[in-house]
Amino acid sequence: MISLAGRDILHSSSKFVLTGMGLGLLIGVTFTMAGVYRGMVDDAKVLLNNSGADLWAVQKDTLGPYAESSSIPDDLYRGILGMPGVAQAANVTYLTMQIRNGATDVRAMVVGVVTGELGEPDYLIAGRRMTRGHYEAVADVSTRFVLGDRIRIRRHEYTVVGLTRRMVSSGGDPMVFIPLKDAQEAQFLKDNDAIVSERARTAANPALNRPGVPGLLNAIEASQTSNRNVNAVLVRVAEGRSPEAVAQAIRRWKHVQAFTREQMEDILIAKLIATAAKQIGMFLVILTIVSAAIVAFIIYTMTLGKIREIAVLKLIGTHDRTIASMILQQALGLGVIGFAVGKIAATVWGPAFPKYVLLLPADALRGFAIVMVVCALASMLAIRAALKVDPATAIGG
Amino acid sequence: MTLHLTLPPRVWLAALGVALVLALGWVATQSGPLAPIKVIVTRVNTGEVSPALFGIGTVEAQRAYLIGPTTAGRVKRVLVDVGDTVSAGQLLAEMEPVDLDARVASSLASAAGGRSAVAVAEAQARDARSRQALASTEARRYVALGQDGILGQSLVDVKVQEQKSAAAQLAAAEAALAGARGDLARLDADIRAAQQQRGNLRFIAPIDGIVTTRSAESGSTVIAGQPVLELVDPLSLWIAVRLDQGRSAGLRVGLPTAITRRFDPKTPLPGKVVRVEPTSDSVTEERLAKVTFDSLPEGLSTGEMVEVTLHLPAIANAVIVPNASLRHRGSQAGVWLHADGQLRFIPVKMGAEGLDGKVQILEGLKPGDTVVVYSERALEEGSRIKVVPSLPGAAK
Repeated sequence: MISLAGRDILHSSSKFVLTGMGLGLLIGVTFTMAGVYRGMVDDAKVLLNNSGADLWAVQKDTLGPYAESSSIPDDLYRGILGMPGVAQAANVTYLTMQIRNGATDVRAMVVGVVTGELGEPDYLIAGRRMTRGHYEAVADVSTRFVLGDRIRIRRHEYTVVGLTRRMVSSGGDPMVFIPLKDAQEAQFLKDNDAIVSERARTAANPALNRPGVPGLLNAIEASQTSNRNVNAVLVRVAEGRSPEAVAQAIRRWKHVQAFTREQMEDILIAKLIATAAKQIGMFLVILTIVSAAIVAFIIYTMTLGKIREIAVLKLIGTHDRTIASMILQQALGLGVIGFAVGKIAATVWGPAFPKYVLLLPADALRGFAIVMVVCALASMLAIRAALKVDPATAIGG
Repeated sequence: MTLHLTLPPRVWLAALGVALVLALGWVATQSGPLAPIKVIVTRVNTGEVSPALFGIGTVEAQRAYLIGPTTAGRVKRVLVDVGDTVSAGQLLAEMEPVDLDARVASSLASAAGGRSAVAVAEAQARDARSRQALASTEARRYVALGQDGILGQSLVDVKVQEQKSAAAQLAAAEAALAGARGDLARLDADIRAAQQQRGNLRFIAPIDGIVTTRSAESGSTVIAGQPVLELVDPLSLWIAVRLDQGRSAGLRVGLPTAITRRFDPKTPLPGKVVRVEPTSDSVTEERLAKVTFDSLPEGLSTGEMVEVTLHLPAIANAVIVPNASLRHRGSQAGVWLHADGQLRFIPVKMGAEGLDGKVQILEGLKPGDTVVVYSERALEEGSRIKVVPSLPGAAK
């Protein structure tokens, strides 16, 4: 038995392949959009995974430190460390800012970490970890910094000693890790002009600059420029302990808010990136519908283009089933080519995106199923048109 | 004929199909979550670890002098300015004496009066002495005449009484003289007191030094203890260093240090630790130490921030790995051992760490082992890996 579909494809092979590739590029765009959405969610998740924490202790009544700003005293971690069920606790600060490197600047999230504690990047791709307590930095590779770069964060210059990968904020900004004490200073220390004018303002206040109390002004100025706050305390729970139970104890006795990983994920995904994700999701849905419609139209017009040949087939007594299967096979063939091209295209151009594009195999399988179903449905439309054709058109013209 | 014509497109299509399938297969296995994790491995070897501590310090003067009045008053004049070099004993500034000069004059006048009083008392004593001498001569004569029966006893008694009275007057005059001398001594002491108080208003340099602050000008009122000038001994400049408590192991007096000034990071200056403070900063969780320069550099200013690296003795023949290879699993620190194409997490015990990132391994590894140093992603037991010479993006 000869394959009518194969014969027909061979007959106009270049047209078929080019149509499939065009379709593939469209499917590739849809895959990429799905990848952008997945990447967004993944950015939020890696932020949590990278910190290595089970619990986040943040300012009371806030959703900090990622979704809202949170500020807690930096000696609180000692109390938390002493609580039962807590294995590790470390201060951490987060500050999103532009970092200057020579003439250019990069948007990055500066993370202040205690070296050797929670919050430090677990793996590097080059260089070394920080060994000095000041003025060293480990940067995500997407900042495009290289080892030995001198980057400027507020008033200090930091040397990039290590590079890591996939360390991003929930917004996709690359992270730059610096020692905690420097980060505390960077977060709250103003520029020199602001400090000088603040001093002048303090000195002009007669209540603070009293002639009878020498040294009072100096003490006040010193207290104004020091910062003893951090954004959160990362907590790792001892093995075998329930994070929720430890979180409850921290909430009750330390008067701070504590979130478990599940709660934090919920905050990040359901609250922080919700609108952006919905935006992408909406676009993805429309793109899928449009792609499906285009696939349907292509197959329909392809069939209509062959209407005279189909009429001839009918004239010579070909079964309706044979004609239907020819159209269905061609449609599915187009779908397979389109899927393969789309998947390859999305993989090739995915890494060029500025933000992370995550192409999940499960999404690809789901996409394949949708493509096949859409192709099958579209071919129904074409089959209906083909079967309705009057064999007389073959000779009538 | 037909076969000849249809064959090329069929071959062409088949080739295209195979290429597409291969590309799809490559895409599915080499990218995304299913792809093997690219890693860079290194061999564990032995070598030298040079541990060092790193801290931030501020230049301070070991000996600083705050110079101000001991009582409230008004500044009369300030003779030196910030940056002036002064020598010990030099007059730096003076307070307004208000009534002190008058008080000195008054004391001097009182003392002059006292001296006159002493002279009067001396004259009175001399007079009393001569009267007493006369009276005793006369008394002796009368007593002798009385014994001879020439004079009546009552006359003798009168002269004897006159003699006793003169003696008493002499004693009184001498006591008055001693009192006057005492008064004079007190008045002289008053003069000295007033002069000393006057002198206390003059600020004299206690050392050879440099003026660092001039905080009051002539005419301004200062209270007791408020400094008018501040001096430092420029030879006593040292560095107050703060070191992270967690990274201060081995801190002790005598450690050689390299001191880096901000404007010249290329040339560290030698120095050494001269004091480790017995108290640490409990708020900042830092240990405090003092470091001196081996030779004082030019243009050093107090309050200047410097970076201090303290060199601990090097450890030779240590088993070393780069600190980038250390990973944490829970509370366990360890490395990923790469052997026979398999990954295994080996807990290790760490020793000293150098600032260059080399870590001494005390237990867990032996020289010649291969460990993962860099990886694209976090590794897990059973992760598929691919050993590569370099990772994308990590340009040296």
